[in-house]
Amino acid sequence: MNATKTIDTTGIDIEKIRADFPLLSRKVNGKPLVYFDNGATAQKPNRVIEALNHYYRFDNANIHRGVHTLSREITLAYENARNTVRKHLNAANPYEIVFTKGTTDSINLVASSFAKKYISRGDEVIVSVMEHHSNILPWQQVCEERGAILKAIPINEAGELVMEEYYRLLSPKTKIVAVAHVSNTLGTINPVKEIIAAAHAKNIPVLLDGAQAVPHIKVDVQELDCDFYCFSAHKVFGPTGVGILYGKEKWLNAMPPYQVGGGTIKTVSFEKTEYADLPLKFEAGTPDISGGIGLAAALDYVNEIGLDAITEYEHGLLQYATTEIKKLKDVKIIGTAKEKAGVLSFAVEGIHPFDIGTLLDQLGVAVRTGHHCTQPLVAFYCIPGTVRVSFAFYNTKEEINIFIEGLEKAIRMLK
Amino acid sequence: MTIEETEQEIVDEFELFDDWMQKYEHLIELGKSLPIIDSKHKTEDKLIKGCQAQVWLHSELKDGKIVYTADSDAIITKGMVALMVRVLSNHTPDEILNAKLDFVDTIGLKQHLSPTRSNGLVSMIKQMKMDAFAFKVKSE
Repeated sequence: MNATKTIDTTGIDIEKIRADFPLLSRKVNGKPLVYFDNGATAQKPNRVIEALNHYYRFDNANIHRGVHTLSREITLAYENARNTVRKHLNAANPYEIVFTKGTTDSINLVASSFAKKYISRGDEVIVSVMEHHSNILPWQQVCEERGAILKAIPINEAGELVMEEYYRLLSPKTKIVAVAHVSNTLGTINPVKEIIAAAHAKNIPVLLDGAQAVPHIKVDVQELDCDFYCFSAHKVFGPTGVGILYGKEKWLNAMPPYQVGGGTIKTVSFEKTEYADLPLKFEAGTPDISGGIGLAAALDYVNEIGLDAITEYEHGLLQYATTEIKKLKDVKIIGTAKEKAGVLSFAVEGIHPFDIGTLLDQLGVAVRTGHHCTQPLVAFYCIPGTVRVSFAFYNTKEEINIFIEGLEKAIRMLK
Repeated sequence: MTIEETEQEIVDEFELFDDWMQKYEHLIELGKSLPIIDSKHKTEDKLIKGCQAQVWLHSELKDGKIVYTADSDAIITKGMVALMVRVLSNHTPDEILNAKLDFVDTIGLKQHLSPTRSNGLVSMIKQMKMDAFAFKVKSE
């Protein structure tokens, strides 16, 4: 492959990597699959598939309760998985890592639980215009419930947060700031360190939606000094249905449980219940045990390749795709921030994104079209939606060429 | 022409094409030929729910027969609307309510359009039939 020769300076062995992902050899509509919908969900390496398989064949038992060998073994494996996540995010303590169902669940947990204790009438919550609905609606709901006000940091035409406006929005009424680390629609990497520092100067905690960041860039929660960090396993090559909430110990301890039930308690009586210590306080019911173990397998895999190499390789893909797409007439890139990761969103003058997506699918190219669950953002650009190409480290320049040819063909047909 | 005859005509038309690109090209052409809905009918209440691309459908009763006009902001969707309008327009409410519309499956449209689109198509047919039902009830 030419791709190997031209962009292997990053140390990415593309052929070996692609062989690790069985789904990538599939054909779609008679064509080799070009999977450019990684922002929606990433494909899974054999390592992850085997971890899930092994769990159900040999290891299945419930965790944290049985005295028998299987239960002890799997409890240890699950806690090891938690520690793998801790290391990956460089969190200080394993009990600051809470297993959830996904990013949406993590944000709902914080919004609901944090609001109960800290948000009251007249208070304010700050999000941004570029947020995924999952980082708007939980806050909108708690604000409505508690008579608080939801404010949004505006963006500029390039798809960057207008930081002066952010500074203006921060007020003594602000109780929490919740923003995306990387935008799912635009690929913008937000200046989260600056956002956090400014909020902390006023003792305001910050939650980062890291769903689109963790698969592409190194995240160090202690260096960022964020108060909460959320991501989903399935976008970082792990299984669906499991995600992570990192929370600083002081906040997680102070917040009331979100859901209650089995596993969340120390003692229960009808008069009073004493809740368990972290993180079990937030993990009601039997969790997705195989999911947690699968996530650890995925993170191990990613770390063996190395996030620095991944970031650099994907940056090469993004630059190449951006250069190539700019050559096409009537194509407008949506999101031209200086700092971007993994995502190329665009609109074609006079053509609906759904039409392009439908025709690309006929050519075996999987892209996402529409509003990407960011309707306020799409409204800002006054377009019906975008076509979004989102990369993973198993994608190649050859695939970009196939996509560009397909796009040209689609535009010709639709004009 | 009966509804079934128009359906057969469409099936015959689509059989001429060897591959899916040609079928889509045809669909796109059909979309371009669709009579555009009067802009006064392109309102929120004429929007068909369940379709991610926007579709507007307007129905009128003329001499006991329903005349449909429609539009979409996506051209392939518009092509699908055009097929439906061609098959169902200028028929009585009863004929429309009884139409099976098997041709959608026969020409592979339902199967080849993504679920989102497919749902849009289903919603569109449902709306056309609901309008027919409303006219039927009104005239009884």
